[in-house]
Amino acid sequence: MTRFKRNILGLAVAASLTMGVAQAQVSDNLIKIGVLTDMSSLYTDLAGAGSVAAAKMAIEDSGIEKRGFKVELISADHQNKPDVGSAIARQWYDTDKVDVIVDVPNSGVALAVNQITKDKNKVFLASGPASSDLTGKACSPNTVHWTYDTWMLANGTGGAIVKSGGDTWFFLTADYAFGHALERDTEAVVLKNGGKVLGKVRAPLNTQDFSSFLLQAQASKAKIVGLANAGGDTTNSIKQAAEFGIVKGGQNLAGLLVFLTDVNALGLPTAQGLIVTNTFYWDKDDQTRAFSKRFAPLDKGIHPTMVHAGVYASVLHYLKSVEALKSDDGLKVVAKMKEMPTDDPLFGKGTIRADGRKIHPAYLMEVKKPAESKGPWDYYKVRATIPADQAFRPLKDGDCPLVK
Amino acid sequence: MEIFGIPTQALFGQLLIGLINGAFYAMLSLGLAVIFGLLNIINFTHGAQYMMGAFCAWFFLERFGIGYWWSLLLAPIVIGATGVVIERTMLSRLYKLDHLYGLLLTFGLALIVQGVFTNFYGSSGQPYRLPPEFAGAFDLGFMFLPKYRAWVIVASLIVCLGTWFVIERTKLGSYLRAATENPALVQAFGINVPRMITLTYGFGVGLAALAGVMAAPIYQVSPQMGANLIIVVFAVVVIGGMGSILGAILTGFGLGIVEGLTKVFYPEASNTVIFVVMVLVLLFKPAGLFGREH
Repeated sequence: MTRFKRNILGLAVAASLTMGVAQAQVSDNLIKIGVLTDMSSLYTDLAGAGSVAAAKMAIEDSGIEKRGFKVELISADHQNKPDVGSAIARQWYDTDKVDVIVDVPNSGVALAVNQITKDKNKVFLASGPASSDLTGKACSPNTVHWTYDTWMLANGTGGAIVKSGGDTWFFLTADYAFGHALERDTEAVVLKNGGKVLGKVRAPLNTQDFSSFLLQAQASKAKIVGLANAGGDTTNSIKQAAEFGIVKGGQNLAGLLVFLTDVNALGLPTAQGLIVTNTFYWDKDDQTRAFSKRFAPLDKGIHPTMVHAGVYASVLHYLKSVEALKSDDGLKVVAKMKEMPTDDPLFGKGTIRADGRKIHPAYLMEVKKPAESKGPWDYYKVRATIPADQAFRPLKDGDCPLVK
Repeated sequence: MEIFGIPTQALFGQLLIGLINGAFYAMLSLGLAVIFGLLNIINFTHGAQYMMGAFCAWFFLERFGIGYWWSLLLAPIVIGATGVVIERTMLSRLYKLDHLYGLLLTFGLALIVQGVFTNFYGSSGQPYRLPPEFAGAFDLGFMFLPKYRAWVIVASLIVCLGTWFVIERTKLGSYLRAATENPALVQAFGINVPRMITLTYGFGVGLAALAGVMAAPIYQVSPQMGANLIIVVFAVVVIGGMGSILGAILTGFGLGIVEGLTKVFYPEASNTVIFVVMVLVLLFKPAGLFGREH
């Protein structure tokens, strides 16, 4: 054997050894990602199959597989039921060797998954859920709450509306963890800015007919009817509010959580003029447009919502951290994620706080009039950018036990 | 003046809203009752067929520019025809078996249909424009009644009473009822019983589709729109008495009102109240309010 050949052989052995070492820390030599989302009900379009596509794109774009790591992606439908979601999470962690659960639209399910993930020392990348409790009293060292939360929505949309004169409110709230959190956070903003809450009504999740609740809102004479709901509940309540002449009668609607897909479902004639707060808009710059162009064909032409963007960016950052750490131990990975600054094409540069809150700017946007829109999915104009340091609840106000 | 802390004026409004929702319950439970009464099939596909009716109207408008009024006529025919195919190819094989088989078959079909529609159209639904004739509202003093909702009550009453009249008061209806009691004998009189049964199923399905078209301008046209409704409507039929046509109509309107009032006094329970009523009725009158004990 010539010296040259020996050197090559030596290098190869060394390389395979280091690779072996690198992977010895990753359990089962496999990073297994589980997307737990709504595949069949009211949040399917804003998350659903699109979230799976976004996670897949993140794995591709990370290039981690080319460097010797094995990544597997699975998905399931939690049906918006905390018991179903918990059962899947347990099975994934206990028997299916899943390392990280991603997305979970529906705060009720997310709070359950948050606890299970902590007990099993895995990782939870929350993109879909809204409740600010995930980084507040229920915060966990194993969870990163990426995309948005109820405090951000309350201060973005709610704050803008109160400041422009909408000082009396009536809440139409989805009757579960998310709605309660959004109502509570918005009420705090209204009161802080000198406004008043004249009444509230709690409607069961996935209600078809809101007319009875809208009639109560009308009777309250509040200037603003705050919709603390999401997905199909929001579109149905906005549509029926138009029918019952809420806006014509001088009251205004505040859709506290409106996704791009909701605007698409309503159509611009009904949705025009709504004020929304999102942390991502597909048409923001060249990078977000490039992402959206790749994404849309994978999800029935749907353009990415902020939840989809959050899934992509959080998976990307997670994989970077696992690679840097050469380990997929839950606590260690999340600590690493917090230590490394985030940087991705969709949210730009950012950080993750001690309480698990991902920090980035938010955008206060207005839905365009039909005449202003150049075509399908051209729906928003940006009214204001809320800087990253103001977009989310200050660390000290969250009552998170991790922050001392 | 106030009743339990709610101004009477507001209460009138809520009663009226309850009546409107009741109109949908009545129309849907009517179809279920007709099918159960005459075919002995518990048609769990009914919610999916209601959704298909709404989608059919949306499709007509978007693709062919066919408006609301024509849809009101055409969608029930198209969806009714799919019902005829289902009856001929699948349901007709189950008549001799226990109710449970029909229920499972139709339930499975409903899940498949909803899954296929969700796959193609997503979950957030499609907007269906309100027909321009119905833009605006009546100011009743105690409430603001959209013209379209007023039309829903009127149309539903016409459809319900018309169906009741045909089945209970005409010769055709008497053939139908006779055919369910003793098909062999009716056939002996030269009446084509299997065809009559097929058309009855088609008619019941058409009623569901009609309700779907009427719902399209109010709700988002979405694949899941019938999924929750079918459970409620099924409860309405059970409360009214399985197979009782008048029972289905009256209970439909009545429970709409009960639900509407719950939305005022204890909104959190508004999607459970109907089942509470169902439990109570089954405890004290197992055949339902208008059903016959066998």
